[in-house]
Amino acid sequence: MAINCVVCVKQVPDTKRITGEAMKEDGTVNRGALPAVFNPEDLNALEAALEIRDRCGGAVSVVTMGPPAACEVLREALCRGADRAVLVTDRRAAASDTLATSYILACAVRKLSPDVVLCGRQAIDGDTAQVGPQLAEKLSMPLVTYVEELLDVREGLVLVKRNVGNGWEVAECTLPALLTVMDANMPRPPAARRIMKHKKARSPAEVAKAVSDAMADASRDEQAAEAQDRLAALAERGLLIEQWDLDDVEADLGWCGRDGSPTKVHRIQSVVLAGGEYREFPPTDTGIAELIGELIEDHTIG
Amino acid sequence: MIEVNRQGEVWVFAEQEDGKLSDVPLELLGKARELAGKLSVGVAGVLLGDGVAALAAELFAHGADKVYLVQDPVLAHYQAAGYSRVICGLIEQHKPQICLYGATPLGRDLAPTVASKMRCGLTADCTDLQIGDHKTPGTGEVHEKLMFQIRPAFGGNIIATIVNYDRWPQMATVREGVMPMPQPDRSRRGDLVECPAELDGLTLPLKIIEAHRRPKAVNLKAARIIVAGGAGVGSRENFRLVWDLANCLGAAVGGSRAAVDLGYVDHDHQVGQTGTTVRPALYVACGISGAVQHRAGMQESAKILAINSDPDAPIFSIAHYGVIGDLNDVIPRLIKTLRRGAGVAGAAS
Repeated sequence: MAINCVVCVKQVPDTKRITGEAMKEDGTVNRGALPAVFNPEDLNALEAALEIRDRCGGAVSVVTMGPPAACEVLREALCRGADRAVLVTDRRAAASDTLATSYILACAVRKLSPDVVLCGRQAIDGDTAQVGPQLAEKLSMPLVTYVEELLDVREGLVLVKRNVGNGWEVAECTLPALLTVMDANMPRPPAARRIMKHKKARSPAEVAKAVSDAMADASRDEQAAEAQDRLAALAERGLLIEQWDLDDVEADLGWCGRDGSPTKVHRIQSVVLAGGEYREFPPTDTGIAELIGELIEDHTIG
Repeated sequence: MIEVNRQGEVWVFAEQEDGKLSDVPLELLGKARELAGKLSVGVAGVLLGDGVAALAAELFAHGADKVYLVQDPVLAHYQAAGYSRVICGLIEQHKPQICLYGATPLGRDLAPTVASKMRCGLTADCTDLQIGDHKTPGTGEVHEKLMFQIRPAFGGNIIATIVNYDRWPQMATVREGVMPMPQPDRSRRGDLVECPAELDGLTLPLKIIEAHRRPKAVNLKAARIIVAGGAGVGSRENFRLVWDLANCLGAAVGGSRAAVDLGYVDHDHQVGQTGTTVRPALYVACGISGAVQHRAGMQESAKILAINSDPDAPIFSIAHYGVIGDLNDVIPRLIKTLRRGAGVAGAAS
């Protein structure tokens, strides 16, 4: 009773290490200028998919939508146990908000015919938690959010424990379904052997670049032939990161990128800390006594 | 999506569970009144459930002019499938210009589902909502009186203002405590509009086998004084200092997200953009650096006392009182002085 899973993952800027070049003039993210990491809750989603495969068999495919460099997280996912990796990349997808992103991902996920789609609850850059639910709606799949634990997976059915904020629930859902997964399971560390093998996985864009660097003097045709050979060799060894553009996923361009995004940035402001009355007290008994005296005097305490 | 409709109302989704309204729709009604005033339109609550008609009065009291009520056994407990279908039907029929939802787990399940079905825009976790004009760069076209959806972004390094000028309704989610609770006026009346559920024999895909609800361990919103600890406290054992100081002051205990993530204190105590927003008379921040998401949750406190060994910590920029020192030294001194001192009547325990 194999159950096939598709995990949607995202490469995100490490939001704890932002520099001045983070934003472009128009208010969208300059993803090229930032140190990037695997979105943390997507690791939990991948772990849940691997648990399903442990129990039921089937394949785990990982998809991401992003610039070419996003294949880094797919490579990591392969090292961590995924069977197949797909990069959806296209300049025309740039500046997509959550609605456009979920539309494009839906086009890609449909082609993978999953029984279960798993997403991290939210990404640490947008923090919206919107793509998972919107993807479920576009795939016409039931949505189960805030999954903490997978209790059982059977033919046509999944049983989960979910966190509802002021408590928890055990819910049963028919398959196919989309689950958003919280930071509650322990992503298994990648096995050394898998890292050794899958660190060599490459996307067509990476291969093309490597070929053009290595064979700078060769003709276009020669380079193309070499690239084809390399891609075939990678595919045979399960090391090809597939690359799809918006035409490959049959997306309607009107629903992609800026045109497909109802939400637009009006303005970006740097955070300015408001100053005001401020008084510093030394960390001595005298200083503390003075502080407390003042708090009592203005009736804040006592 | 619906066409831009300048006569459209401002709606608030009235989240309820087991016949009790959540605080957040009541808070949002206050903001909705303000937005609606600027747009010269009315405010409506959208109430779904089974046997919940009596809740409409509370919505009128907090500012709704109208309540759209949809009742059906299928709606007794929330599920995305049923609720989103009903709300989309109401939107298509009545064409509101704005829909607001609490950014609760339910709201964050429901609002994106509605936005996807309606193919309209949605901004999550707004810290402010205003009305303003937007000029499209490039075409120079001006869109008047849009809802500005304001929120921190990018790890809190920027404040973004988002607009949606053509894929209406304009929708936003707002966390509990961000908008101040309006004073209810129980003499206020409104229009109760009962609408049929129109679920077309929908079967709900989720079956709830077991449900546990746990009341929160602490009521931060009601606390007059809060003593909060951050990553600087160092350990769960050391958080004892925060508890002791709180006891001395008759205060509630809070924590930054970092402290909660590190296990120093439980999630119920979290203050900040993804925790609870508070406005106490006094907020004591111990070992809290003051990242913008934390500040978003406490910067409207009447008085802020910051204790931190880092003089450059951003928390000092919003503090009224500051002690630059090691909290392991400063907090015991505070406790000692409070216990010894006159005038702190009845606070020590």
